[in-house]
Amino acid sequence: MTTRFFGAPVKRNEDKKLLTGQALFIDDVELPGMLHAAFLRSQVAHARIKTIDTSAALKRNGVVAVYTAKDLGAHWQPGPLLVPPPPVPGIVFNLRSHVPLAKDIVRCAGEPLAIVVAESRYIAEDALDDVAVDLESLPAVVDIEKALEKGATCVHADLGTNVAAHVHQSKGNYRSAAANAHLTLKRRFRYEHGISSPIETRGVVAQWDGRAEHMTVWDTTQAPVFVRNVLAGVLGLGEGQVRVIAPFVGGGFGPKIMMLYPEEATLPWIAMRLNRPIKWIEDRYEHFVATTHERGQIHDAEIALTRDGRILGVKDVFLHDNGAYNPYGLTVPINSQCTLLGPYVIPAYDSTFTSVFTNLPIVTPYRGAGRQHGVFVIERLLDLAAHALDIDPAEIRRRNLIPKDAFPYQNEIIYQDFAPLEYDSGNYEPVLDKALEAIGYADFIANEQPKLRAQGRSVGISIACYVEGTGIGPYEGAKVQVRANGKVSVATGIGTQGQGHFTSFAQIVADQLGVDVTDVDIVTGDTDRFYWGAGTFASRGAVVAGNAVSEASQAVRKKALKLASDVFECAEEDLVLADGKVSIVGIPERFIRLGELAQRANPMRGAVKPGTEPGLESTQYFGPPSGSTANGVHAAIIEVDPATYELKILKYVVVHDCGTVINPMILEGQIHGGVAQGIGNAFYEKLCFDEQGQLLNASLADYLLPTALEVPRMELDHTVTPSPLNPLGIKGAGEAGAIPVGPLFAQAIENALQLKQRKIELLEIPLSPSRVFELIQQASQEGNKT
Amino acid sequence: MQPDRHEIALSVNGTSHRREVESRMLLSDFLRHELMLAGTHVGCEHGVCGACTILLDGIPVRSCLMLAVQSDGHELSTVEGLASDAGLHPVQQAMHEHHGLQCGYCTPGILMTMTAYLKDNPSPTEDEVREALSGNICRCTGYQNIVDAMLAAAKAMRGDAP
Repeated sequence: MTTRFFGAPVKRNEDKKLLTGQALFIDDVELPGMLHAAFLRSQVAHARIKTIDTSAALKRNGVVAVYTAKDLGAHWQPGPLLVPPPPVPGIVFNLRSHVPLAKDIVRCAGEPLAIVVAESRYIAEDALDDVAVDLESLPAVVDIEKALEKGATCVHADLGTNVAAHVHQSKGNYRSAAANAHLTLKRRFRYEHGISSPIETRGVVAQWDGRAEHMTVWDTTQAPVFVRNVLAGVLGLGEGQVRVIAPFVGGGFGPKIMMLYPEEATLPWIAMRLNRPIKWIEDRYEHFVATTHERGQIHDAEIALTRDGRILGVKDVFLHDNGAYNPYGLTVPINSQCTLLGPYVIPAYDSTFTSVFTNLPIVTPYRGAGRQHGVFVIERLLDLAAHALDIDPAEIRRRNLIPKDAFPYQNEIIYQDFAPLEYDSGNYEPVLDKALEAIGYADFIANEQPKLRAQGRSVGISIACYVEGTGIGPYEGAKVQVRANGKVSVATGIGTQGQGHFTSFAQIVADQLGVDVTDVDIVTGDTDRFYWGAGTFASRGAVVAGNAVSEASQAVRKKALKLASDVFECAEEDLVLADGKVSIVGIPERFIRLGELAQRANPMRGAVKPGTEPGLESTQYFGPPSGSTANGVHAAIIEVDPATYELKILKYVVVHDCGTVINPMILEGQIHGGVAQGIGNAFYEKLCFDEQGQLLNASLADYLLPTALEVPRMELDHTVTPSPLNPLGIKGAGEAGAIPVGPLFAQAIENALQLKQRKIELLEIPLSPSRVFELIQQASQEGNKT
Repeated sequence: MQPDRHEIALSVNGTSHRREVESRMLLSDFLRHELMLAGTHVGCEHGVCGACTILLDGIPVRSCLMLAVQSDGHELSTVEGLASDAGLHPVQQAMHEHHGLQCGYCTPGILMTMTAYLKDNPSPTEDEVREALSGNICRCTGYQNIVDAMLAAAKAMRGDAP
C-alpha cells in the first residue's frame, strides 16, 4: 500500500462549504412553524425562589407557552453524572447534579428560572420582562477558601458542607524524600482558567414528528451519541426514536459537552408537548453564564531537591473551584493532579485536592482541562529551585527528564480514564534540545540579553515543558462504505468543531482504498449515520476514531481484494488496489472499479457464500487500553515595557511530539490555536466575580480574547515517537498548544524585569499588565517596610 | 403593542429585494432568517467579534449593530456573493491553501473585512494585515495562517507571480 495522503499536508475537504457560507450551523436550521425559546436567568447567585408569576407573559401576543420548574412535572430531574469519579481509595465524592430549571433554590447567577416560547425570538425576549420573579437573596459562596470555613453558607444546604470531593493520591514517600533533601521550597500558587468562548455560542433545535414518534435534535454538542442516549432516557423514548445531529459546530474546546445542558433537556420536551419545532440560540451574554467555565485552583505546593537540582519529591495540596454543581465528576482536578508530574522523574508525589462547591457557574473541562494548573505549579517550582540552586532553568529541567529507556513509564496514580497513569512512550531530551536551539537559548543569554539590557530594554527568555495525557478510551467506531459510484463514505460517532476530521480521516481511508482524498465523504456527529461512540474531548478524535477508521478501511480493502480475486479467479496477492480500481499486477488493463465491486457485493440474484456480509463496507471499533501521552516544550522571548508592563512576544517556539502525524498542516493549526488560547489565559482572560457572585465582565468588550495583534508568529517543530497503544501510533494534539503558556510567561516576565533579583515571584495566572504592576507595587511596598 | 413595520428595498450580492420588516429587526437577523443568507454569522451581537461583517456599499459594517431598515436603498455584499462561476475569490482560495480556517464560523466576517481591505491596500505588510484583522476574533487558528493567507491573496490579486 502506498501512503500518498497519510502524513501529507492535504488541504481540507470541508473548506469550500465553510468559505462560501454553505455549511450548516445550528442557527441555520430553519423549519416550518418553528417556535423560539428564550430563558429567564437568575440575576443573583444564591437565592430562595418565593414565586414566579408567568401570567403576564402568557398574555403577550405571540407567546405560546411559559414553563417553570413546576410546569416540567416529572420531566424535572437532576442531570446524570457524566463522568463518575475514578476508583481512588478513600475518595470522597458528593454528587449534586444540575437541574433543567431552578426549583426552590438558585445556585448561580445565570441559572435558568423559566422558559418563554414564542413565535419569534424577539417576542420571547420581550416576554422575559413580563415574568415576575420574587427571590429571597442568600449569602453567596464565591471564595473557595472561605467556602470551607466553619459556619460558611452551604451551596447545597442538605450536604452540610461545600466539599464536593476530596482525593488523595501518592507514589513513593514524600516525607522521607523531604527529609533527605538538600533544599525544599514551598509556595502558594493561584491559577485561573477562563471560558472557552467559541465564536459560535451554543444552540438547540428540536423537532418532534408525532406521527412517526421520532425526535430530531440539532445540537452544538461535542458528544452527540451520549446526548442521544440521555435524551431518549429522559423523554421516555427508545434510542432509535431520537436522532441527534451535531452539524458544523463553530468551535467547542470542551464546554460543548454536558449531559444535559438545561436547554438540551427542555427544548425536545417542549417540542413534544407543543408538537412544533423549536429553536434556542444562546446569545453572548448568556454564554458567559450559561455555558460551563473553567476557573481557579489554589495550590500549596512543595518540592524537595538534591543539591544538583534533582527532584526527590513533590507535595501538593490544592483547592478546586467546582461551581454550583458537579455533573462532570473530577476530570479537571484529576488532570491537574496527574499532569503536574510532567516529563520529570518525581520519585515521591503526595497530592491531595478538595473540590469546592461555589455559587458560580459549573466548571467542566476547557482545552487543557486542568492540565494547565498542574503544569504551572511544577514549572514554577523548578524555576524557583533553579534560582535557589543557581542552576540554569533549562538545565534543571534537563536533569530531571524521564530518560528515553524508561518507557513505558509508570506514574502509579490514577488518571482521568481510570487507568494508572503510564506514559506509553517518549523521548523528551531531543524535544528540549530542539526548542533551545530554535529559540537561540544559549546565545540569547550570553550575548543578546546583555546587549538589550545595556540599551535599557527588558527582554526575557523562558522555557516550559509538559506532558499531556491524550487519546483516552473508551472507544470510537467507524463505518466505511464504498458506494456504487466508487466514492467512499465514512461515518463516525464523534462530533467535529473545526479539527479537520473531514480531511484527516479521509486521508486514512484514501490510502487504504486507493482513492483520492476528495472522493471520501466523512459524516461526523449524526447518530442516525453512526450509532455508537463517546465524543470529541481529551485530544482523542484522531487517536481513537482515527484508528477505528483505519481498521474499518482495512477491512473494506480486504473485502475488495477478495471480491476482485473471485472476479479475476486469481490470488489476492496478484492484485493491486489503486486509483479507484483493482487491477492485476503487471496487467493494468485488467481491472475492475471499486464502485462495480460495491455493486457485486450486493447482488440481486444468485447465492452468496455462507458468512458473507453484503456491501463493500465494514464497521469497526477501536478502544485503546489507556491514554497515550504527548509531550512538548514551548520557549519564548518576551519584551516587557517597564513602565506599563505591556508585553510584546518577540519569538515563540513550540517543539512537540504527538507520535505519528496524519496531517502536519492541520496539526500545526491545532498548535497555533492552542497557543493563542494559552496566551489569552496567561495574560488577559479572567472571569471577574464580585462578592455576590456576579460576573462583572460578561461581554467580549470586557473579557478580552486575543486578536491578531496579540498572537505572535510561532515557529513549530516536532519529533515523532509513535504510541504503542494504537496501530497508527498517534497521540492527541488538540490541547497541547494551550497547556504550558502560563508558566512560560511568568518565567519570561520575571527574567525580563529581573524580578528574582528583586525577590519578586510571579505565582499566579493570569498576569495582565495591571496585575503585574500591582504585584510589583505590593512587593516594593513590603520591601520598603522591612 | 403592534410592532411598527416598514417597507425596505435593497440589493444583496446584486439581487434586489423588497420586504416589509419590523423596525427593530437587526440587519444580521434579516439577512439570515428573512433572506435566508445564513452565511453571515452572528457571534456576539455587540459588535466585538466581527463574525457578522458584511459590506454596505463596499464598506465593511457589523450587521449585528445595524437595523434592517437602515439598509434601505443600499447595496449589500455577503459571503455568498464572493465566489463566482470562475471559482473561489482569491481571498477564499488563499484561506483554503493556507489553512486559514478551522471551525469556519468567524470566516465569513474575516473574508468580508479583508476583501474590502485588500481593495484599499493591495500591498499590505504583515503588521498592516494584523491591524486590519484585529477587529475580527478567531478562537481557533491563532491568526498566523490567516495572516499568511491574506499576504498571499494580496499577491495573487496584484497579479504577482506566486
